[in-house]
Amino acid sequence: MSTGALAIELRRVTLGYDRRPILRDADLAIAHGERVAIVGPNGAGKSTLLRGIAGVAPPLAGDVRIQGRPVAELSREALARRLAVVPQLVTLPFSARVEEVVALGRLPHEDPLRGLRAADRAAVAAAIDRVGLGRLIGRDARELSLGERQLLLVAVAIAQAAPIVLLDEPTVHLDIRHQVEVMDLLRDLNERDGATIVAVLHDLHLAVRTFPRIVVVDGGRMVADGPPATVLSAERIQDVFGVDPSNLPVGPWSGGRVSSEAR
Amino acid sequence: MTSVPAGLGIGAARQRARVREVVRHHPIAAFAVALATVVVLSIVGIGLGIVAISPAETLAIVVHRLIGLDLGVSWTRATEAIVWELRVPRVLTAATVGAGLAVAGATFQGLLRNPLADPYVLGTASGAALGAAIAVLLPVRILFVEFGLIHALAFIGALGSIAVVYRLSRLSAWSGLTNLVLTGYAVGALLSAGLAMAMYLSGSSLRQIFAFLLGGFETASWTRLWLAALLVTAGSAAILVRARALNGLLLGEEAAGHLGIDVRRERAILLGLASLVTAAAVAVSGLIGFVGLVVPHVVRLVVGPNARVLIPLAAAGGAGLLVAADLGARLLGDIPVGVVTALVGAPFFVALLRRARGGYEL
Repeated sequence: MSTGALAIELRRVTLGYDRRPILRDADLAIAHGERVAIVGPNGAGKSTLLRGIAGVAPPLAGDVRIQGRPVAELSREALARRLAVVPQLVTLPFSARVEEVVALGRLPHEDPLRGLRAADRAAVAAAIDRVGLGRLIGRDARELSLGERQLLLVAVAIAQAAPIVLLDEPTVHLDIRHQVEVMDLLRDLNERDGATIVAVLHDLHLAVRTFPRIVVVDGGRMVADGPPATVLSAERIQDVFGVDPSNLPVGPWSGGRVSSEAR
Repeated sequence: MTSVPAGLGIGAARQRARVREVVRHHPIAAFAVALATVVVLSIVGIGLGIVAISPAETLAIVVHRLIGLDLGVSWTRATEAIVWELRVPRVLTAATVGAGLAVAGATFQGLLRNPLADPYVLGTASGAALGAAIAVLLPVRILFVEFGLIHALAFIGALGSIAVVYRLSRLSAWSGLTNLVLTGYAVGALLSAGLAMAMYLSGSSLRQIFAFLLGGFETASWTRLWLAALLVTAGSAAILVRARALNGLLLGEEAAGHLGIDVRRERAILLGLASLVTAAAVAVSGLIGFVGLVVPHVVRLVVGPNARVLIPLAAAGGAGLLVAADLGARLLGDIPVGVVTALVGAPFFVALLRRARGGYEL
């Protein structure tokens, strides 16, 4: 792992399933410590892009590298120590306590025979604390609210202690308070811990508010990449999402009325 | 948010939580206690029967046979024959089969992420039964060191059916878990048709096929016990070593992959191991239901879903349950052991489910 290498690098990558390309000719370079949102309409290829980075969808063409290493060369375990993926909500087939679920984040680190060691348990406790679910320790994870469950999945990723965290629509089921909570948590993970964060987001406002860099995917192509102010222009909103931006609340697409909190 | 749900069973819930806490922090001690219980049950099971033998005599004979130590208790030759040639292999077979079915059940449930799964879910039962039925129908009587054709063909039938199910499900475009279960169901239905046909043709041998379907330990023998015990122990140990994969699958196949589990590979290996254990159990005892479904659930309700704790405790629980059930079956005049497990186990399980907080989303 050369320290100068990019966290994530895609070179002319085509991704798809059964040789049917979904995302074509993607070029993307994300440095360590960046915070990047991927936006675009439904079916644009956002999740496929994320799956490609996570090594689940092997590239049909081109080269995906994580910390300078081709993703195909890394074992699943080695990849899991470099890169955590927060899935959309999962269903648990059996009752499991909050701390038992978060402990799964230690799988790439734990001793295969003896299981969790003291250091692992400490990491689990710290991760639960970090997302503010300490009061729910001992509770069945299936009894949690949707918002709490999303925070729980973020806690799994934190316990995984990977320098890169990918999230697939982490706020989709959440009310506004929990949306903001998750976004602030991501910002904190990025700024305090230096984690590289890449999130697929539906909500443009959350993206603008939290992410200094935005990648727009449309029709299987990456059509824009940059700061919200330049990337989410009125024309592009009209183009990509098919919405008249004057229908949206104030944002980078509102001409002179820009208000972006993201630094 | 910190309040405990009001209602009945708060005391019981607290108590369970305490037990769970102790077991979670001392899994090895809990396993030792469970194992000791199985040993005590076994001694009782060896002593009781149509000819009652005192625990002291039983223990003395077993200890003498095992390590040649004389405990200062005397016994007759006939007693020794009953204990060593009949009851010990029978009780140990019950323990082995119980452990194997519980471990296989826990593995299938975790692997398929399905609380309804049991060791027979992917067609093993029908395959084994058809194998046994064919063995009964065949005009030849091959005896290969005590392994009747029934045991051999049941073993092959169980493994063969699961191999077919796995291959067929992989041919499909969407090779998900539901697909695997549905393929298992389809293949099982086909094999059951074969079994029905075999039973229809069997005439006077129907009783033999029926005995296999009911399951039991009347025909236990040392040789078969050794082979079954070897397969069950080795298979269960190998499953325990892969507890990590079972734990990862709790969050789903894709999430498990992100947590560093090679899901395709682990699934194939675990499926093979659990099938091997199931086939070994079924070959020596016929089809005994309930244990493989219920024991993993009961253990999970106490200790949680961590496979590293669940697998050994389920093994001990399954062993204890079948030793006790076989004892009950013998004392009630040699009724089928499956009747006892269901009669005692089903009400107990329902009561447990009613009290389980959060319940089971089946």
